[in-house]
Amino acid sequence: MKQKTTAKTSYHIPIGPIHPALKEPVYFEFEIDGERIVNVDVKLGHVHRGIEWASRKRNPVQILYLAERICGICSYSHPAAFALAVEDMADIEVPERAEYLRVIQAELERICSHILWAGVAAHEIGFDSVLYLTWEIREKTLDLTEYLTGNRVTKAIMMIGGVRRDITKDMIPKITKTLKYLKDNFEKLRRIFLDDKTVKMRSQNVGILTKEDALKLCAVGPTTRASGVKKDVRVDTGYFAYGDLDIDYMTPDVLTGGVNGDVYDRIIVRLLEVKQSIELIEQCLDKMPSGDITAEPKIAKLLAQLKKVNGEGVGRYEAPRGEDIHYVKLDGNDAPFTWKVRAPTYNNILPWIPMLKGEQIADIPIVAASTDPCISCTNRVAIVNNENRYELDKEELHRLSIEKTRRLMK
Amino acid sequence: MSKKLSPEEIVKYFKDEFKTKIKSTQIRKKVAGLKKKESYSIWMKIDKSIFKPFIKRLCDLQFPHLAVTSGNDLGKTIELIYHFTLGYGTRFGEIVLNVSVELPKSKPEIETICDYIPGALVTEREKQEMLGVKIIGIPDTRRLFLPDDFPKGVYPWRRDETGPEKMYKNLHEVKK
Repeated sequence: MKQKTTAKTSYHIPIGPIHPALKEPVYFEFEIDGERIVNVDVKLGHVHRGIEWASRKRNPVQILYLAERICGICSYSHPAAFALAVEDMADIEVPERAEYLRVIQAELERICSHILWAGVAAHEIGFDSVLYLTWEIREKTLDLTEYLTGNRVTKAIMMIGGVRRDITKDMIPKITKTLKYLKDNFEKLRRIFLDDKTVKMRSQNVGILTKEDALKLCAVGPTTRASGVKKDVRVDTGYFAYGDLDIDYMTPDVLTGGVNGDVYDRIIVRLLEVKQSIELIEQCLDKMPSGDITAEPKIAKLLAQLKKVNGEGVGRYEAPRGEDIHYVKLDGNDAPFTWKVRAPTYNNILPWIPMLKGEQIADIPIVAASTDPCISCTNRVAIVNNENRYELDKEELHRLSIEKTRRLMK
Repeated sequence: MSKKLSPEEIVKYFKDEFKTKIKSTQIRKKVAGLKKKESYSIWMKIDKSIFKPFIKRLCDLQFPHLAVTSGNDLGKTIELIYHFTLGYGTRFGEIVLNVSVELPKSKPEIETICDYIPGALVTEREKQEMLGVKIIGIPDTRRLFLPDDFPKGVYPWRRDETGPEKMYKNLHEVKK
């Protein structure tokens, strides 16, 4: 690690664009005083790909598949938010069965995403055996996703006015079998993350985001809920079939009786949500009515209908990382006039600053990862031209983080 | 966040104060699921002159969550739409408030709201670089997504001569 020596007592270290938390580019510049972080600056834009611009040459159904490619982890969330926005303005009524099928897919994605995050978080603090355990669990969930949709990652299940594939009776046993597996293993995960001494030492009282900051900085998703703000689109509004289901806000006080807003609380919230998601899928399987799975099965007819629409709509969807909001304006042409995508990480950028201030360099990976950032969701045109500066690279930072864990274990 | 407001009450709350400066309002209802639970959204068009007092009055009512600001290039004007949510934290209590302001292209300027809602910074910086709107009093004037060597005076969301057309038109041409 090279250092800039100045007359000042603090110095700057840039980190990124490759690494800090997940394997996506974002660039941090830290002002450091000794081991302490004094100030943080975040630079974005390294994976901005101009997806909204690409939509100007596509019709709404084609955009569903484009939206899927915004992010590999939320490949269901973005088309879902887009479909909600279009349905909002075109007054398309979605059949009830489709609403339940949509919830099942949404919750499956949430389980995959949260478990993936748990593995990455464990890796960041040097607990790699847990990484393999979570990957094993996630693999079963992905197998189920493939069984239900035909794909593991880009699921191509969402359609404006419904979904593309039904869940038939003969598919139910496989779903219940996987859910049972998940429940059995959930207990194991819970023990590792919530009772393990080392995990506690690295995550408690680290990266604190106060409730006030969370509200002021408009944080979303598990990041804000871990700070005690009750905000979850699934509970706040009744989109899809969530209005029929038994669901409540998952804040850390549900388990511990108090809210600290630290990394540990964010782990608690995500783990509770995995359990909640399993229960929601079970509720859906119980209550799901029979009927159509889409409002208009003929795509050409649907597109003709959308071409008559002149107006604007907003679609809000609770993605694994928080509220996903899409604004769409149609003006009678094939392609929409405007499509604005706002992914949850966009709102969780500013909360990084109070979280990281005052922490140590070795805490950067776990704190940055604790919001579960998804940079390709947030950025969408790519031209990279950074000045050559000193960089603390991925391996170095990771080594520091592991060393801290080892130090604490002694 | 405990007070539950109906969308009509919210509209009345603003109309009482700003009268005709609120150009149009629309309340949309959406139902979903077997129980047909309702969720509401409000669409409001307001005059630019009352923008800052409007945000203040909104903050007095309840501290809102600013989801994002989206924008449209409408030819002669630039439209900014602020998507707020109110009443979260109660089951089915959330209302989306979409506030639209039109700015003339000759003078696309608007005041910052970072002093009321600090979380608006990211979206305001994005509007500056993408739409060429000048945000008066913004605490951080740097670009957000666009790199530093991106040409000045080109705004990717514009549809006029300042749009990005010149930059992408010849992407697939073979250079000789």
